[in-house]
Amino acid sequence: MKAFRTHLMLCAGTGCVSNGSYRIKEGLERELAKQNLQDEVAVVMTGCNGFCAQGPVMTVQPDGIFYQLLTDKDIPQLVEEHFLKGRPVKRLMYTPPEAKTPVPKMSEIGFFKKQRLIALRNRGLIDPEKIEEYIARGGYRALAKALNDLTPGEIIEEVKKSGLRGRGGAGYPTGVKWQSAARHKSDVKYIICNADEGDPGAFMDRSIIEGDPHAVIEGMAIAGRAVGSSNGLVYIRAEYPIALERLSLAIGQARDCGLLGKGILGTDFDFDITVFKGAGAFVCGESSAMRASIQGEPPEPSAKHTHATEAGLWEKPTVLNNVETLVVVPEIIQRGAGWFAGIGTEKSKGTKVFALVGKVKNTGLVEVPMGTSLRDIIFDIGGGIQGERKFKAVQTGGPSGGCIPDSLLDMPVDYERLTEAGSMMGSGGMIVMDEDTCMVDVARYFLEFLRDESCGKCTACREGVDAMYRIVSDICAGKGKEEHISLLEELGQAVKDASMCALGGTAPNPVLSTLRYFRDEYEAHIRDHRCPAGVCKALLTFSIDPEKCKACLLCNKNCPQNAISGEKKKPQKIDQEKCIKCGVCRDVCKFDAVIVR
Amino acid sequence: MPKLRPEDLDKIADRMRKVMSLREGAGRAKIIVHMGTCGIAAGARKIMGALMRCADETAVKDVIFTTTGCAGLCSREPMITIELAGQAPVKYVDLTEEKAKRIFTEHIMNGRIVAEYALAIGSEQTL
Repeated sequence: MKAFRTHLMLCAGTGCVSNGSYRIKEGLERELAKQNLQDEVAVVMTGCNGFCAQGPVMTVQPDGIFYQLLTDKDIPQLVEEHFLKGRPVKRLMYTPPEAKTPVPKMSEIGFFKKQRLIALRNRGLIDPEKIEEYIARGGYRALAKALNDLTPGEIIEEVKKSGLRGRGGAGYPTGVKWQSAARHKSDVKYIICNADEGDPGAFMDRSIIEGDPHAVIEGMAIAGRAVGSSNGLVYIRAEYPIALERLSLAIGQARDCGLLGKGILGTDFDFDITVFKGAGAFVCGESSAMRASIQGEPPEPSAKHTHATEAGLWEKPTVLNNVETLVVVPEIIQRGAGWFAGIGTEKSKGTKVFALVGKVKNTGLVEVPMGTSLRDIIFDIGGGIQGERKFKAVQTGGPSGGCIPDSLLDMPVDYERLTEAGSMMGSGGMIVMDEDTCMVDVARYFLEFLRDESCGKCTACREGVDAMYRIVSDICAGKGKEEHISLLEELGQAVKDASMCALGGTAPNPVLSTLRYFRDEYEAHIRDHRCPAGVCKALLTFSIDPEKCKACLLCNKNCPQNAISGEKKKPQKIDQEKCIKCGVCRDVCKFDAVIVR
Repeated sequence: MPKLRPEDLDKIADRMRKVMSLREGAGRAKIIVHMGTCGIAAGARKIMGALMRCADETAVKDVIFTTTGCAGLCSREPMITIELAGQAPVKYVDLTEEKAKRIFTEHIMNGRIVAEYALAIGSEQTL
């Protein structure tokens, strides 16, 4: 490989690609050639580096300097100043929300500094399309160790001792699952990697596959060795084109190198992986629905009379593990169970990846040890709330998770604590909400999602979630009745009890957890016909404060309904009959004179 | 690529070490070429090229190249600063490609400072 003096690690995760990172790449290559630096400076496309809010992002190595929000027109100056003349460009560096001066080095940025990367260990450090780079970072060593130095029983024992639990949400001990599948004798067994990530705002699995596809392959092969399976399958949604492309490329490379296929690494172990593209139904992430989908049947969950580890896909013993679970496995094998078990809390070991989104300053992908407090994640890593707003709640666990209020911000995050708080770990979505978020409206949004995604098999879920959605919509529309709250609680319990799969079993959570912590907001909607956050339009009235109005007529001219009238130099008035509550008047008013109640 | 055996993994990793250590920002030696307008005009680009060729030919894997601006002593360009891990930096001045090659062999490879080309050891005082 040719020697370069500098590597420009440019992010090619989905977030940065949609912000134009391939255009930046072309620009860099053009400018480098213009300065005759093409043999000294290399552009390397990496997987998601996590700091998606600031994309396109680029780290310059070996200097460790971090650039963000790059645009085409920054490139000529950047190349000449930094890569030719050695003067890093401050203007393009990251300035932390609380500080005024830019921070040049990645290691000094709060967002990166407080994270501990295990599942995301190679993010931004390797080109995911080059197998040599994965190997150079220690890749496939754990597979070699698992094949040559450990028996399948010892692999399982190691994973059990590590305390690793399923990262897809349920938190079932991975080693126990493997042991159960290993125990059942069968000519064919399956290892399925669940990459059917469907929670709104969640992108952990996508980023891992895009940034480090070989880690998924290695984890699956180790699982195959442990349970005695030669058949791997990745169930991935077709909406993830970059992940699909890089995964398929990686599988091809691994086959060429004898790391998949027959006689892996010169041993007698055979293992290969096929890719199954899912059409994007939320319920397909559920194990029995996924099985049905792969078998060509309608994706509906079925009753689990027998464990999938005994009779799963095509009635053969099957292990279904989430992407994040599988990529952690090689590190456990390589570094030992004790190392992994030393990180985290009593019952939740290791680290967890979260997709930190919503009203937080630094949105992106975050990996922290289990037991890190919500406050650390949202305020130290996330940089706090956007604008000058106050934190209100954080929604964890995806659409069927729950909302956690600020009184619980110091709670350490692990499987048990989140469940106690009425939410759940889920796959790791974390949606931060500020005081301008109406919790009733949030519950309505998630119910709408779940109503659409319910497969319709169980009456309680199909009809119950729809009924709850209609009630909550009525409350948002100002048609709430006093008895609605108790009815919602009763319905929620019924849906939980009478649904077969986890989708129905957790679907009422958004309502139940908002009722638990934000009951006053429901009551304000129902009793006072008031939306405290000012979100539910039916409950709002727009008016103009005559004291503050300077009669500039800006609102008058901008109102799409011509609902604002008044004489020149006199305070303006809004005609409530004509007003559609679009909020344009409030947005254009320079004197804060528009009152929303 | 041929089918791999376990020992091949180490060979690949070894071959790639130069690339990867660059990304981790860790190296035994750091060569800083001063690339101000003065440096470039005096031939700093050629010095960089010569040093990079030396690194390529000797196949060393733990040397990092970086550039910086003018060091303030424009009349003595081209100039480089060499930092060996755990040692004070050394500035070399009035360089030619031949001098750079000798510095690479003696200082980087063997740890002996080439006193006749050196300006000073240590850094300037700053606040």
